[in-house]
Amino acid sequence: MSPETLSVIDLHVSVEGKPILKGVNLTIRRGEIHALMGPNGSGKTTLGLAIMGHPRYEITRGRIELDGEDITQLEPHERARRGLFMAFQRPVAIPGVRLADFLRHAVSNVRNPARKEGEELIPMREFRKELKEKMDLLRMDAEFARRYVNDGFSGGEMKRAEILQMAMLRPKFAILDETDSGLDVDAVRLASQSIAEIGGRQMGLLIITHHERLLEHNPPDVTHVLLGGRIVETGGPELAERLHREGYDQLRQKYPEAAAEEAALAGQGKQ
Amino acid sequence: MPSLNLDTSFTDEGFHNVAFHRPQPNWLKELRQRAYRTFEDLPMPNRSMEEWRRTELRHFRLLQFQAWSPHPEQAPEIPSQLIPRLDTDGLIITLNGRKLESRLDPALGQQGVVLNCLEDSILNGWEELIRKHLFSILDWKYDKFAAMHAAFWTGGIFVYVPKDIRVNKPLLHVAALMPGQADVGHTLIILDEGAEATVVSETVSVDPSASSLYCGGIEIILRPGARLRYVNMQNWNQATFHFAHQKAVLAERASLEWTLGALGGRLAKVNQHLVLDGPESEGIVNGVMFAENRQHLAYHTLQHHRTPKTKSDLLYKGALQDQSHLVWRGMIRVEAGAVKADGYQRNDNLMLSQTARTDCIPGLEILADDVRCTHGATAGRVDEEEIFYCQTRGLTRREATRLVVTGFFQQVLDRITIDSVREALTDIIQHRVREYRG
Repeated sequence: MSPETLSVIDLHVSVEGKPILKGVNLTIRRGEIHALMGPNGSGKTTLGLAIMGHPRYEITRGRIELDGEDITQLEPHERARRGLFMAFQRPVAIPGVRLADFLRHAVSNVRNPARKEGEELIPMREFRKELKEKMDLLRMDAEFARRYVNDGFSGGEMKRAEILQMAMLRPKFAILDETDSGLDVDAVRLASQSIAEIGGRQMGLLIITHHERLLEHNPPDVTHVLLGGRIVETGGPELAERLHREGYDQLRQKYPEAAAEEAALAGQGKQ
Repeated sequence: MPSLNLDTSFTDEGFHNVAFHRPQPNWLKELRQRAYRTFEDLPMPNRSMEEWRRTELRHFRLLQFQAWSPHPEQAPEIPSQLIPRLDTDGLIITLNGRKLESRLDPALGQQGVVLNCLEDSILNGWEELIRKHLFSILDWKYDKFAAMHAAFWTGGIFVYVPKDIRVNKPLLHVAALMPGQADVGHTLIILDEGAEATVVSETVSVDPSASSLYCGGIEIILRPGARLRYVNMQNWNQATFHFAHQKAVLAERASLEWTLGALGGRLAKVNQHLVLDGPESEGIVNGVMFAENRQHLAYHTLQHHRTPKTKSDLLYKGALQDQSHLVWRGMIRVEAGAVKADGYQRNDNLMLSQTARTDCIPGLEILADDVRCTHGATAGRVDEEEIFYCQTRGLTRREATRLVVTGFFQQVLDRITIDSVREALTDIIQHRVREYRG
């Protein structure tokens, strides 16, 4: 594979023995923006978490490659240090750990992939200066970094904290999982703009979204539609627009097999 | 002084050799005699006793320890965490409960402040004050270990701060123990009216793995308006047995910030007793507990409100890995007449392994009306999602575990107002936390 790409090849993923993804193929080049769409439960978040190496998401077939290297067996921190990032839909809280301290550890590791635990962190002054710049850029109050990670954050604050982390970590590839969900119209616009401002264009982005607005400042080069654990269509920006307009029913009619899988998955989920 | 070849173990002969071969006033000899009889009469605690139900003493062999032995010619190296970190106004180091060296800022000495060996102080002009207070609040009949301590105690430390005197920097006591030895030292701290001080006590084992015994007592007496910050960092090695009775009595408007580090010991059984004896007195208790391997740490706390408008606020936080066992049993007792008392107790424990065990048992006993008392206890596991989240930001599992565990303790660490103590506790915890494996 050519360098500067993130590839997902024939990926099958199960959670607790239940197959969720059934052969997903996807290649993102650095500098491209891909939108990943699909109804709830089609496997979008699963794809993101599997790429990041979540231990509960078992890869039963296929592989993930970053710049031509097979990273399927790597620990999550090794993937992060190679330049992968995910902005979570609902990031967990880490009570008692200040966002600034958390980020200083994160930045120290990601910028120095060979760093061993206990080795020097990035110098405080340098870190603070950069953090302040990024927070200014994102119009965030400096006080915010003193709060405990995601602890008692509003939906909007969580999403902005995720974007701040992405700005500080400068990944090669970032997955944005419904960074617009739970936000009002203005907040989505701000998030969209922020992603562009922190240099989303220089990364490769996989944007999981239901909203056109998040794509407003980040127009996708490629749009994928996930249904029942498979990508059923891939197109340009016009596909995203069409789905926003029409919803998924026409796609379900067009791909009855995938739609049946989707229904089965939804049934499993309810059990 | 007993010579080398005398029996100095916790036996009848040992008692006579240890207790009476030093110059001391008669009242003290009589006290020792009575305590010894009680020690003999009381059974070794066992699991049929309510307070010992969760604490197993089967592996404890009292007779393997020496109650007294001469100081070695060359003092051993004492691996203190706090000596290098703490900027102090005074320092006393004890070895096996008895003074090795001490120093105090001469300006404080001139103001009447005392930091010295307790036994020496009785002979050096402080007999009257010490006689009045020694075992005045601690109940040496409470159990076999309390009686044993009162009968056998040697050395010890004495801290006295006169009326309205303020000691700015901490006074540090480092208690070191050698293999096979016992520390039966007694700590007596008296702050006179309006006095202020910080006393920090740290326990360290000279040998990283040899067994020793601590059977000590701490009495803290705060006169009206006195303010004390007291830290007890129990950091013995994990082969040492630790039996402690600790009690503070606060007169009106007195305040105490009392921090306990429960870190060391093969087995620790501690009674921590806070008495709000005068109106508007206030006690804050911070407990930082970390147990690993096969450690058993049992802390029994009592917040006793005896007068109106008193306040107590206790927070113990514990983390456990391996097959360790933490016991916390708390009680708030509010006497009739202690109206407008405000009592709070909480214990949160974080399990870092499947095999660790914790018992947290809060309790309230309220005999007064118009009081506010609340309590809570939780035990939970590390959240695997928190670890994963940290990992996606480049942290290894171990670093992630350390961050999550440190975060867990932050709430109690934030309440400790002595920076270097907070940092030392954080470092010790971080050093001990291993990678979380569910």
